[in-house]
Amino acid sequence: MKIHIKNGHVIDPKNKLDSKLDVFIEAGKILSIGSMPEGFFASHTIDASNQIVCPGLVDLSARLREPGEEYKATLVSELQAAVAGGVTSLACPPDTDPVLDEPGLVEMLRYRAKQLNLAHVYPLGALTRQLEGKSLSEMGELKDSGCVGFSQANIAIIDTQVLWRAMEYAATFGFTLFLHAEEPFLARGGVAHDGEVATRLGLKGIPSAAEALALASILRIASETKAKVHISRLSTAEGVEMIRAAKAQGLNISCDVSANQLHLTEHDIAYFDANCHLKPPVRTQRDKAALSAGLKDGTIDAICSDHTPVDDDAKLAPFAEAEIGATGLELLLTLTLKWATSEKVPLSNAIAHLTQHSANILGIPAGDLSVNSDADICVFDANEYWKITSNALKSQGKNTPFNGLELAGKVKTTLVHGQVVYQHN
Amino acid sequence: MNNPQLDSDGRLRHLLSIEGLPKKILNQILDTAESFAGVAEREVKKVPLLRGKTVCNLFFENSTRTRTTFEIAAKRLSADVISLNVNTSSQSKGETILDTVDNLIAMHADMFVVRHAQSGAAHFIAKHVPEHIHVINAGDGRHSHPTQGLLDVFTIRKYKPDLHNLRVAIVGDVLHSRVARSEIHALTTLGVPEVRVIAPKTLLPAEVEKMGVHVYHDIKVGLKDVDVIMMLRLQNERMNGAMLPSAQEYFKTYGLTQEKLKLAKPDAIVLHPGPMNRGVEIDSSVADGKQSVILPQVTYGIAIRMAVMAMLSGGQGGN
Repeated sequence: MKIHIKNGHVIDPKNKLDSKLDVFIEAGKILSIGSMPEGFFASHTIDASNQIVCPGLVDLSARLREPGEEYKATLVSELQAAVAGGVTSLACPPDTDPVLDEPGLVEMLRYRAKQLNLAHVYPLGALTRQLEGKSLSEMGELKDSGCVGFSQANIAIIDTQVLWRAMEYAATFGFTLFLHAEEPFLARGGVAHDGEVATRLGLKGIPSAAEALALASILRIASETKAKVHISRLSTAEGVEMIRAAKAQGLNISCDVSANQLHLTEHDIAYFDANCHLKPPVRTQRDKAALSAGLKDGTIDAICSDHTPVDDDAKLAPFAEAEIGATGLELLLTLTLKWATSEKVPLSNAIAHLTQHSANILGIPAGDLSVNSDADICVFDANEYWKITSNALKSQGKNTPFNGLELAGKVKTTLVHGQVVYQHN
Repeated sequence: MNNPQLDSDGRLRHLLSIEGLPKKILNQILDTAESFAGVAEREVKKVPLLRGKTVCNLFFENSTRTRTTFEIAAKRLSADVISLNVNTSSQSKGETILDTVDNLIAMHADMFVVRHAQSGAAHFIAKHVPEHIHVINAGDGRHSHPTQGLLDVFTIRKYKPDLHNLRVAIVGDVLHSRVARSEIHALTTLGVPEVRVIAPKTLLPAEVEKMGVHVYHDIKVGLKDVDVIMMLRLQNERMNGAMLPSAQEYFKTYGLTQEKLKLAKPDAIVLHPGPMNRGVEIDSSVADGKQSVILPQVTYGIAIRMAVMAMLSGGQGGN
């Protein structure tokens, strides 16, 4: 199959492409960008006039709910959602049922995902067995079975000695740890940011200090062990400041923010909107501004969807009892564009947070349009507005705090391995 | 955002929290309650405003006093009343809140009086009931207990009619108290110029001053020259642990004794939502003393609940 994507505006941050260029694809690879290779006869032509052609998006955190939680979502539904959102590679956290702490489970997940021929799935293995924070998982074996890094999902390692050993062991082999910074005792029972809104609504709060405390331990141990650590879903201004300082000291650290946190604050909870029950909690205007500034100055490397599909019934409960999470794969691009527009961030910088940087963090061959690389491509119209309608989403999880919002940025075509896997009609 | 408590004409549709209710509606409830206060003195303690209507007390959390006063209020309005303690029946069998509510709607309930341990439960139910059904929040977690807040300001208004010239202190476990939150909203909405909260830092929620209150940690300073003292109940499970070292120490520092009462204005009144822990948050001599209005609070609670039910079902006063 030879594909010619013509008349599109190519943005590839890694190769510093940002102009109107044609893309030529052969045998699943990018053959050339710009001029047509000699003797190239396209069997399929995609007209990308007035559209952006960029690397397929790389999402650092998307729950697929398999194995074990198929009533919430399935590989099929969520990988269809991924490509509908222009996401062609994604990392999934290990908090499935059973937990991804066995090579066999990882192999099975990757095999099943591969059969579907949609987005690439890169599992994050459990850092500790059963995510219990007590004994290390077989990281080497898990790596061989396809894990690209190790994570504790939302569960903290309470025992700092175990955290230290986990970092030492991972550092021995150069594995990346994906950690969510929340001190579990301070956060215990909390369901919202510990501030004005939680006080007014009588919800138990999670103080900002819970993030700062956990970060302090993680950064200190990372500095001792020289481990490569990625902080998932930063949420506070203080957290941004700590990462900034750690990077200035030369720590081997990276971090991301969820698209939710770039747009929502505690006030969006309004009258107990359970769609805003998220982890980490949505915080204050000041935190939101600091996260945005952190992205702009490079303190924060990437934006993730924090895609967490939840079945409808699980949200039908009072706020604290409603399950945590919101669907996100199909909203990642449009929410990032909304952020970039309101913060006057150039489109190519915004796209870098979804492609080049996230691919680097995962250490995977994706997130760019280099010649001879896999043709994983997202074609979208940055100016087309569409209304977010829960029921029209491909994801099985229909819950989103952004339901009903009309936003710019519609994915038109998604290619994986040079094959069209999504086409918007 | 839509205020879930008001209909499109700005009339009360549900009573879920004091927050979000305009002063006009609060005064309307208080004035209506005034007209119902006389009903209890009559030989036939009934008015026919809710005849043929079914009021369902849906208590997911135990309560004696609140449930009883709602029952009496509904019966004085001639409604049929069902009371369910759900935590002891269907919830333990795995039925969800909405299943329970749907079943009662199918039995043609017209009004729900809801108590639940989770903040936001009443809002949640109100969002899911059909338009003709009204929901009254009888306490949701730490969030709100609007009829308690209303009966407290009703009581204050009885003894101190000029609300614009009052200094009020709320003393105790504000952190866990839906009563405190309702009182604060009611007092500030009705124009009370100075509302104080007095508690140790462990019993105050984050940024509580943003609710429009002045924070005091020393009760001896906080009670100075106040007109009204509103005591809060301290739950047993919070007396010994990470919040407070002991009930004895709490009584010594924050318990309302005759001696501390003297710091307030000589004609200050003392309120308590009940049930009281004598010797923990309040001394018996104060609770039973001449400045205490704790029992009148209970009596007025019935009138307030009658007023709310009558207004929700479109009725007026009790005359």
